[in-house]
Amino acid sequence: MSQYVLRRLMIAIPSLLGISVVLFVVLALAPGDPFSELATNPNVPPEVQAALRAKFGLDDPIHLRYLHWLNAMLHGDWGFSFVSRMNVDTLILQRLPATLYVIGSAQILALLIAIPVGVYAATKPYSLFDQIANTLAFVGFSLPTFFTGILFILIFSVTLDWLPFVYTTDIKGTGIHWVLEMIRQAIMPVAVLGLFQAASMTRFVRSAMLDVIRLDYVTTARAKGLGQAKVIVKHVMRNAMIPVVTLIALQMPAVFGGAIVTEQIFRIPGIGSLLISSILSNDTPVVMAVTFVFACLVVLFNLIADVLYGWLDPRISLR
Amino acid sequence: MAPLLEIKGLKTHFPTDDGILQAVDGVDISINRGETLCVVGESGCGKTVTAMSILKLIAMPPGRIAAGQIIFEGRDLVPLTSNELDEIRAKEIGFIFQEPMTSLNPVLTVGEQIAESLRRHEAVTRKQALDRTIEMLKLVQIPNAEGRVHNYPHQFSGGMRQRVMIAMALACKPKLIIADEPTTALDVTIQAQILDLLQDMKERFGMAVMLITHAMGVVAETAQRVVVMYAGKVVEEAPVDDLFGNPGHPYTQGLIRSIPRIDLDSEHKTRLEAIGGSVPILINPPVGCRFAPRCKFAMNVCTEKEPLLREIAPGHRMACHLGDTNLGGAA
Ligand SMILES: Nc1ncnc2c1ncn2[C@@H]1O[C@H](COP(=O)(O)OP(=O)(O)OP(=O)(O)O)[C@@H](O)[C@H]1O
Ligand code: SF4
Ligand SMILES: [Mg+2]
Repeated sequence: MSQYVLRRLMIAIPSLLGISVVLFVVLALAPGDPFSELATNPNVPPEVQAALRAKFGLDDPIHLRYLHWLNAMLHGDWGFSFVSRMNVDTLILQRLPATLYVIGSAQILALLIAIPVGVYAATKPYSLFDQIANTLAFVGFSLPTFFTGILFILIFSVTLDWLPFVYTTDIKGTGIHWVLEMIRQAIMPVAVLGLFQAASMTRFVRSAMLDVIRLDYVTTARAKGLGQAKVIVKHVMRNAMIPVVTLIALQMPAVFGGAIVTEQIFRIPGIGSLLISSILSNDTPVVMAVTFVFACLVVLFNLIADVLYGWLDPRISLR
Repeated sequence: MAPLLEIKGLKTHFPTDDGILQAVDGVDISINRGETLCVVGESGCGKTVTAMSILKLIAMPPGRIAAGQIIFEGRDLVPLTSNELDEIRAKEIGFIFQEPMTSLNPVLTVGEQIAESLRRHEAVTRKQALDRTIEMLKLVQIPNAEGRVHNYPHQFSGGMRQRVMIAMALACKPKLIIADEPTTALDVTIQAQILDLLQDMKERFGMAVMLITHAMGVVAETAQRVVVMYAGKVVEEAPVDDLFGNPGHPYTQGLIRSIPRIDLDSEHKTRLEAIGGSVPILINPPVGCRFAPRCKFAMNVCTEKEPLLREIAPGHRMACHLGDTNLGGAA
């Protein structure tokens, strides 16, 4: 098992290198660079501009710049953000907790809704419960998060004034007050993202359960007199969760992508809004680093999906 | 003595888009303690649905027991809820299914699948359940049972899996085993081994066996009594010697003539007398005898009046108008 993981990680290295080359080239070809602002600033003399450009190697050929970036990266130097005037890794570490907090909570909320609802709906197909769950899932799945996000803000912040609509990292107050405020301001983004995730997940859980429930070995389990609850949990769910878990792991990168939109709506100072603002301000080192982190996440969650699959299904041996 | 299990007038229906599919339409079957009863008939005649109805293992809905009684040890099972039936499932009546490849849960070890039945029905610890499971696996002649108990189903061959299924069905020492075509999915050589094993176990534990099959050869070797089904109905019922020696129903006669005979040379062997035509559709079946379209003895009365089961010799009953003196000159 650990050998398998190690080998998979080795295979991941060339693909990550490939991704970094593509990212680097695309960003290099994009118009504008961190110094484009300096160029239009009459207070900075051209000699100083040229000296700075030379210092950061901005006018070197692209392959030299890439090797320079790679070398620095391997030595733990993620570059410097000219806009925020701090190291890129410090910046990312500053923004990451808010993203993980919101995405993590949303994902947990989605699971807490999708698994019980999907499982129960599948045990009573075409019942009233199943039909209501299906309809709600369909609605939830069809409404984009930017729409529900704005709707939530209109209802709960503007009209009812129950919840704050701007997320802030420097909440005044300490102790229990701080905790409550943290929860209060996360409710809307977590609900918007979580419900959206729950909608598609519920449909998936339900259909995975229905695929298993009609199989012969479920009849065998029933014939043992185990009782409905045990048959469903031990025999049906245990098998239906194999594709579900794999899908959830594979979807995680898309969830991070979706969080970018949510972070924009609720002004969450997370890694997604960092990406957007650095793109807008031509902060290339930050854009490069954040996209590269996303790429690593894709590779990581693919690996997690494979390992989970092998762990859940004894027919697959990871060698 | 009252029979162990008595099915009376069982009707199991499936609503479909085209109407109600009467998969089982008024079946009477009884099984005595310690007896082997074979149920034979072509594919789709309702053997599995009949067997599954006994413990309500058919999908309900859509399936529905529309009428009838299923009396097990003096108690009607039809009105029981699924929870109440759970006390009888595996404990009193064990099941062996047709497909060993799909009847075991792929993500649980075979030991766990046998042991969970023991733990459900008997006051045993995990350790005791494991020991009993290993004992059962030895009994069904699985080599290296102590090691194999922790293996998953995919690590066994088809024949070995069917042995596991037998061990599972026998674990709680039920009074009745229902085996639904337990050998159909297996190689011919393995088939004989599994049938022998089933016979052995039956003698050792003294339970009754309801063996569903469509192979008359299997019937001749194992059964004491035989029930022949056709299109959701019982058409003949007799002790095994009587059935082979003196088959009454034209359908039974056809089935017996279709047995491959080893005493003929290979040239003749291939020329089995197959019964022409196919099983009628079970939605809105025709009135009268359901076998009439394929029967070479069919008379006018056959398409007008349904033949009912009547005794033609002691313990030998059939549903056919042939030789029915009560019909008078109508025949
Ligand atoms: N869940 C179901 N829904 C609808 N029809 C069904 C269902 N189960 C069985 N049937 C129908 O009931 C009839 C009898 O089926 P059954 O499985 O009992 O036949 P069988 O005698 O066991 O045949 P085989 O030898 O192929 O196993 C068939 O026409 C089948 O299509
Ligand atoms: S009742 Fe008539 S049609 Fe049916 S089996 Fe007997 S002779 Fe043939
Ligand atoms: Mg069948």
